[in-house]
Amino acid sequence: MKRVVGKGWAASMITLFFLLGMASSAPAAGPAQKNLILATTTSTQDSGLLDVLIPLFEKKTGYFVKTIAVGSGQAMAMGQRGEADVLLVHSSDAEKKFIAEGSGVNRLIVMHNDFIVVGPAADPAAIKAAKSTVEAFKKIAAAGALFLSRGDNSGTHSKEKGIWKAAGINPEGQKWRQETGLGMGQTLNVAAEKKGYALADRGTWLSLQQKLGLPILKEGDPILLNVYHVIRVNPAKWPKVNAAGAKAFSGFMVSAETQAIIKTFGVEKYGGALFFPDAGKKEDDLGK
Amino acid sequence: MELILEGIRKAFFLIFTLDAEVLGITLLSLKVSGLATLISMVIGISVGTAVALSRFPGRQLVVSLINTGMSLPPVVVGLFVTIFLWRNGPLGFLEILYTPTAIILAQAVIATPIVTGITLAAIQNLPANLRLQILSLGATRIQTVWMLVKEARLPLLAAVMAGFGGVISEVGASIMVGGNIRGYSRVLTTATVMETSRGNFDIAIALGIILLLLAFFVNAILTQIQQRERPR
Amino acid sequence: MSPGENPAILLKAEGLQVRRGGALVLDIPVLDVFPDQVLALIGPNGAGKSTLLLTLAGLLKPSRGRFSFNGREIDAGRGDVEYRRRIAMVFQEPLLFDATVFDNVAAGLKIRGTGREEIGRVVPRYLELFGIAHLAKRSARKLSGGEAQRTSLARAFVTKPEIIFLDEPFSALDPPTREALIGDLERILRETHTTAVASTHDQTEALRLADRMAVMNGGKIAQIGPVAEVINRPADEFVASFVGVETVLPGRVLSVSDGVFVAAVEGGEIQAVGHVRTGEGVLCCIRPEHVTLSTNVPPPGTSARNVFSGIIRTITPLGLFHRVRVDCGFDLVAYVTRQSLESLFPEEGKSVIASFKATAVHVIPRQT
Repeated sequence: MKRVVGKGWAASMITLFFLLGMASSAPAAGPAQKNLILATTTSTQDSGLLDVLIPLFEKKTGYFVKTIAVGSGQAMAMGQRGEADVLLVHSSDAEKKFIAEGSGVNRLIVMHNDFIVVGPAADPAAIKAAKSTVEAFKKIAAAGALFLSRGDNSGTHSKEKGIWKAAGINPEGQKWRQETGLGMGQTLNVAAEKKGYALADRGTWLSLQQKLGLPILKEGDPILLNVYHVIRVNPAKWPKVNAAGAKAFSGFMVSAETQAIIKTFGVEKYGGALFFPDAGKKEDDLGK
Repeated sequence: MELILEGIRKAFFLIFTLDAEVLGITLLSLKVSGLATLISMVIGISVGTAVALSRFPGRQLVVSLINTGMSLPPVVVGLFVTIFLWRNGPLGFLEILYTPTAIILAQAVIATPIVTGITLAAIQNLPANLRLQILSLGATRIQTVWMLVKEARLPLLAAVMAGFGGVISEVGASIMVGGNIRGYSRVLTTATVMETSRGNFDIAIALGIILLLLAFFVNAILTQIQQRERPR
Repeated sequence: MSPGENPAILLKAEGLQVRRGGALVLDIPVLDVFPDQVLALIGPNGAGKSTLLLTLAGLLKPSRGRFSFNGREIDAGRGDVEYRRRIAMVFQEPLLFDATVFDNVAAGLKIRGTGREEIGRVVPRYLELFGIAHLAKRSARKLSGGEAQRTSLARAFVTKPEIIFLDEPFSALDPPTREALIGDLERILRETHTTAVASTHDQTEALRLADRMAVMNGGKIAQIGPVAEVINRPADEFVASFVGVETVLPGRVLSVSDGVFVAAVEGGEIQAVGHVRTGEGVLCCIRPEHVTLSTNVPPPGTSARNVFSGIIRTITPLGLFHRVRVDCGFDLVAYVTRQSLESLFPEEGKSVIASFKATAVHVIPRQT
């Protein structure tokens, strides 16, 4: 190939790298490894709780938290690959596996919110009368009523699959069940549009409730509890993780001050708390 | 429809009150896509011109690759860049994942083949003997390339517009490599997706309108330049 | 002779060969270009004229061979900038830049780093010289064919090249524009004493502009020499047909006497002058300008040794004169003015006497 580059080329490249450097953040004084990658779920971020907690944490500790909101499945995959430092997730079974395989350490309970079953006001499958959530799901299947699933391996999706399993129904390929592959808010909007049933976390539903027109038909069942844990990615397995930062964040989430904030979050705006602080409790004790 | 009107109203509100967060997101979009386009211009015009003017074994293959690159799915680019920039990935030591720099990088990868491909076509479309004519006027190799690029300036401007258009509207790669972090790596497109997923359609529409206005103004300036030189 | 020994030769090429896809498209063992002269290259399409021009201008790398300019050898392969700054080239298409006429003409000067002030002084002079001063501010996109080519020429001349190469510069123009431009170029070349190598496939153009002429065929030079020599004494049949010899008669020498010989051609006998031997095969070339037509047999005292009676077969008007084909047992073509024709022989089918001198017959040994 002919050489067509000249002096202008070198000058451009230098300018380029300079500009690139400017574009990325310049670290200031603070902890040694300033960046902390928090992998969490879209529904957690959408609730707005992190918008309140993260700035507090950053101001207190000087860490710069990169909140990467993805589905539960992806969040844990990131942890498994050592690409995140700390996880805030709500998928108990998957989390237990995560710890068992050595990817995570120090799983601490933080809070819970609950899931609710919502659907069209007309309630064609008459699930309101059902004695439990599992029975409600059986009725939906029996009636062949439209059910919208997130279908994205998120915590919500896992919870939903768990309920189907408990009901002894295989949800895959059922004509009345549609997977949106979308986040909670969007899935609720689709359910409202199509007048279908859905499993949702109370927080997202509360924030959309006024516009949705999709009333709660089933709630309070222990199986509907959505428990959040903060898990540190195992630094022994992945030396590059910000172990100090993860420890600080973990401690922050279960601290008394934070737990107090969690308790009152959402009350003013939605008329009810979105989350219930649980630090120190045991998961099995909840909901009883 | 009411929702769209609401969105338009919200857009005006956000613009006229110079809402800090929206302003920040808009400026970041402009900065990131602007830099990415600039990078793609430098690389694209150089490589496109070089390939257009030279003959070497395998040239046909290179041209096909460039043309294919113009249709690279941005999401696939995002995926590959993410894998490279992972802490434990080959470029992990750079520590630029989930930063605006990573978005610039991914967008540059998306825009460069576009600019290269159009430049290649533009230079090849110049009269066959023009290069020889310029050389016969006593031009050095560098002067020759410069004068050919000048002759092709109108289609090259179109190439830059195409590159910019491709990245200012890009969302898949930007979310993956940027992380959509509030106040840091959130740009107009990623913010729009997030607000939509939260169900805040009015804000999402407003952001969309602002993005359209941004794209319109940038292209209006470039079009003005282009049309000034138009053959009458 | 190595380059540098004879400064009277401006450009000297030796052993130039260009291969394209394995085929030899240019094969010039030797070529000299003399200063202050115009060398015309004529030949059919594909003869290698453009290839030769590009090679001599340093724009095309030959497969082998070398050439020297002013005694200094030019690295034919690397195309050095220094050499290119002493030459200029004009192509068949004007190849102007997307700018004003003034900026186009100034291009070569800008490339050499000439200051704005000097450009402002020099360029208008050349615009004037080529008759485009009134177009200085006009965009190159809005020029007619002739105006564009004038701009291209002005652009080439403004850098005061020591040698200028022209590749069929007028082929794309219509005849009246071509006429005007050839005239101007001829004048300018002489006034500026510029050496030029120009290719054309129009013989008249070559005649007007050139001092020397080279006829090319299949990448080789078939004949090169002063224009008059090539025109009147073509070296072979190909050259003959190309330079406008209309009557070419194959024959065999019957007898030779004191330099004058008689050749038997189909349909008659011709007397000519030449170094031939009896029995030899020859091609007798007679230029149509050398054939005289008359109503009577010329008196015996005439020096025209060839006198034939024949019938006019066709009369074709060719601008200023007519082309008359006469059947004298063989075809003989004559150019006669309209006036002469009208006063003597108005129509086809009439009988006429055609005559030409023995010295007018150019003899080419015939290859069988």
